[in-house]
Amino acid sequence: MIQNEMSRRRLLGLGVGLGTAASLTLAGCGGGSATKSGGPAAGNGGKDYTGPKVDLKLWNGFTGGDGDIFKKLVQQFNSEHQNIAVAVTTYQWEDYYSKLPGAVSSGNGPDIAVMHMDQLATFAARGVITELDDVSKALELNEGDFAPTVWTGGIYNDKRYGIPLDMHPLGFYYNKAVMQKAGLDPNKPPTNKEEFTAALVELKKSGIQGFWVSPFQFTGGMTFYSLLHQWGGTLFDDQVQKATFNSDPAVEACTWLVDMIKQGYSPANVGQDADYLALKAGKNAFNFNGIWQINDIAKDPAAQIGVAEVPQLGTQKAVWANSHNFTIVKQRGADNNKISGAKVFINWLSEHSLDWAKGGQVPARKAVRESAEFKAIKDVSTLAPELEYAAFPPATPGLGEVLLTFYNSFNEAALNKKSPKQALDDGVAKANKQLEDNRKKYGN
Amino acid sequence: MADVIEVGAARKDAPPPAGGKGRRGVTERGSRATPYLFLAPYLLLFLTFGLLPILFGVWLSVHQWDLQLPNRPFVGLDNYKDLFDSESAIYGDWWSSVKATAIFTVFSVPLLVVIPLGLALLLNKSFPGRTFFRAVYFAPYVLGVAVIGLLWRFLLDANLGLVNRLLGAVGLPADTPWVTDVPWAWVSLVGVTVWWTSGFNAVIYLAGLQDISPELYEASRMDGANAWQRFRNVTVPGLRPVLLFVLTTTILASANVFGQSFLITQGAPGEETRTVVWRIVDEGLRDNDAGRAAAMSIVFALALTVISLINFRFFRYRED
Repeated sequence: MIQNEMSRRRLLGLGVGLGTAASLTLAGCGGGSATKSGGPAAGNGGKDYTGPKVDLKLWNGFTGGDGDIFKKLVQQFNSEHQNIAVAVTTYQWEDYYSKLPGAVSSGNGPDIAVMHMDQLATFAARGVITELDDVSKALELNEGDFAPTVWTGGIYNDKRYGIPLDMHPLGFYYNKAVMQKAGLDPNKPPTNKEEFTAALVELKKSGIQGFWVSPFQFTGGMTFYSLLHQWGGTLFDDQVQKATFNSDPAVEACTWLVDMIKQGYSPANVGQDADYLALKAGKNAFNFNGIWQINDIAKDPAAQIGVAEVPQLGTQKAVWANSHNFTIVKQRGADNNKISGAKVFINWLSEHSLDWAKGGQVPARKAVRESAEFKAIKDVSTLAPELEYAAFPPATPGLGEVLLTFYNSFNEAALNKKSPKQALDDGVAKANKQLEDNRKKYGN
Repeated sequence: MADVIEVGAARKDAPPPAGGKGRRGVTERGSRATPYLFLAPYLLLFLTFGLLPILFGVWLSVHQWDLQLPNRPFVGLDNYKDLFDSESAIYGDWWSSVKATAIFTVFSVPLLVVIPLGLALLLNKSFPGRTFFRAVYFAPYVLGVAVIGLLWRFLLDANLGLVNRLLGAVGLPADTPWVTDVPWAWVSLVGVTVWWTSGFNAVIYLAGLQDISPELYEASRMDGANAWQRFRNVTVPGLRPVLLFVLTTTILASANVFGQSFLITQGAPGEETRTVVWRIVDEGLRDNDAGRAAAMSIVFALALTVISLINFRFFRYRED
C-alpha cells in the first residue's frame, strides 16, 4: 500500500515537474527575438482572400453564453469561405493572458487572438501582436465609427494593434420583486443619488439591505472605479506617469461606498459573487454588474431582474467599461496567406457584429449600434447609451498589475482593514513604484 | 550483510565465470557501467527536467528576463536585492506573501501530522465497516483543488453560506467573516486543507502501522505495558521513518499552498492571504518578470531546503 501511494505521488510530482520544466524550456528557447513580423504587407487589408486554403487558429476567453454565439458566427464564416477554416479555442481570461505569450514564442500560439482593450498595449510592447493599420484602412474605419476612447485605445506608439469588436460597460441590475415589496415602483429604478438613497431607506424599512458592496474586483472594485469617475476623479494622470486614485474625489467616492456598509445598506464581508447571487435570490435589490450578466438573467425570468443605466451618484455620469478587440499574432515563420485570411475574418466578423450583440455585448460600430435591429435587442441596447460617458482603462503597457493594486486597495477599505484615505494612499504609493518599474522595462 | 561477504569469499576459490576477468573494468558482477546504466533512465529525466531547469532558473534570476522582450540585461544580484530592499516595488508583496505562507504552514503542519495519526490508529482497529470508513476519510483527497475551493467558498460565504446558517441555527454567531477577514480566513484555509489532505497522510500512517510486527505488541502486553506505554514505546518508534516522511512532505506541501487561498479567500483581506507560490506565479506569468520570479523561487527553495535538513537532522539525532 505504502509503495503504491508513494509511487503515485512521485509520479504525480514528476508529471507536474515535467510539464512545468517543459513549458519553461520551450518558452525559454523560443525567445521573442525569433518572432518575425509579417504584418502590414500581407494581403489587401482583409477585403478578400483568393490564395490557397489556410487553417487559422483563434483564441478567445468567451466562456459564458457569448462563447456559443461566437462559435456559431465562426461556423457561418467557415461555410461562406471555402479557402479559410477558422478553429476556435476558448480559455478562461486569466489563464488566457498568461498562456498566450509562452504559446506564441514556442510556435503554438493562435493566428488571431481576442483581447481586452487594456491588454493591447502590453502585448504590442512585448511583440506578441502585429500592426493592423491596413485593416482599418481597408475597412474604412475611423474614429467617428466608434466611441473615441475605444478607437484610440487600440493604438500604441502611433500604430493600430486592435480592431474593436464590442464594448462591455457596467450595468445597473435591480430586483423588481424586492422593490415592489418595499413599496417602490419596480418600473422606475433610481437614476440619481437622491432617488438611490431614498430607495435604500425604504428597502431598509422592510428589512432589506438593498445595495451589497462587494470588496472584490468583480463587482465592488468596478463599482468603485465607476463612482471615482462620477465624483470627478481619475485613476492616473494624463500620461499615466502617476497614480491619482487617492485624490479627494476618489476618497469621497470610496468613503460613500464604504458608508453603505456602515449605515447598514450593505452587509459587511460580502463574498465573491455573493452580491449578485443575493440579488437573484431576492436578498439584495441593487447591483452594478457587467453587461455580460444579461445572458444570465435572461435564463431566469422568474427572478424579475431589471436592467438600467448605472445611476448618477456623483457629479457626473461615468461607468466602468472595457472592449474586446481582434488582434493578429506574430508568428515565427510568417505566412502571408494566413495573415490575409485572418484579416478577412476580422473584417467579416466586424460587419456581423449585430449578431454578436445577441451575445450580450454592445457592438463597437456606431452604425450597428444605431440600427433598428440593435435597438430591438432588449437590455443590451438599454446599456448602449452608457458608452457616451464610459471610462475605459488607459492603454499603457504593464497596466494590468497596477489596476490590481487599485482593486486591492479598495478591498482593504471595503473590508474595513484601513480607512478609505489610508487604503488609497498606500495603494497609490505602490502603484507609482509599479508604474516606474514598467517605464524602465518598456522604455517609455 | 555478513552472509553476503561469506558467499563472496567462498567464490574466490571457485573457478572464474566464463569470460570473466579477462576484460578491463569488468568484475564478476558485470561492467562498472552497469549501475549507471540502471540509473540512466531516471538520471536522464532528472538532468533534463530537474537539474537543467534549476540551473536555468539561477541564470534567469540574475537577469531582467521577459519571455518576449528582446532586451534581457544582466542585472547581477539586483533581483535578490529587491527582495530585501524596502524601497523596491515588490518588497511589500514579497514579504507579506512569506508571512502568509509561514502562518499557514505553522498552523497546518502540526494538525496534518497529528490528526491523520489519530485517524490511522482508529482505522487500524478491527470494527465493522472499517473499509468503508477508510474510504470515507480518504475520499476528499481525490477531489481537485478547484472543486474543494469553489465548494468551500460558497459554504463559507459570510452572508449566504451554509456554515454560518448552521451556526446561527444552534445559537452561535452567524456573521463570522470566514473568507474575508483574518484570523477567520486562516481558520478556513487550514481547516479546509486538513479536511482535504488528512486522508492521504492517514493512509501512509496506516501502512506504517501494519508494518509493525504484532509480536512486539504481544510481548509488551506480556510485560504489562498499558495502552499509552504500548503507543509510546512500540508504535511511535516503529513509525519513526514514516513520521519523518509525513512531516517532510507535509511541510513542503503546506509551504507550496496556492490553490486554496487563490480560490477560497482570493487573497483577501487586501493581500493578507496571498502566498509565496501565488506571488511567484503572478510575478513570472502575469507581470512577465521571469527574472524576479526565479530569484523568489530560489530564495524560497533554499529556505525549504534548510528546513528539511533540520528536520532530517532532528530525526537522525533522535535515532542515535
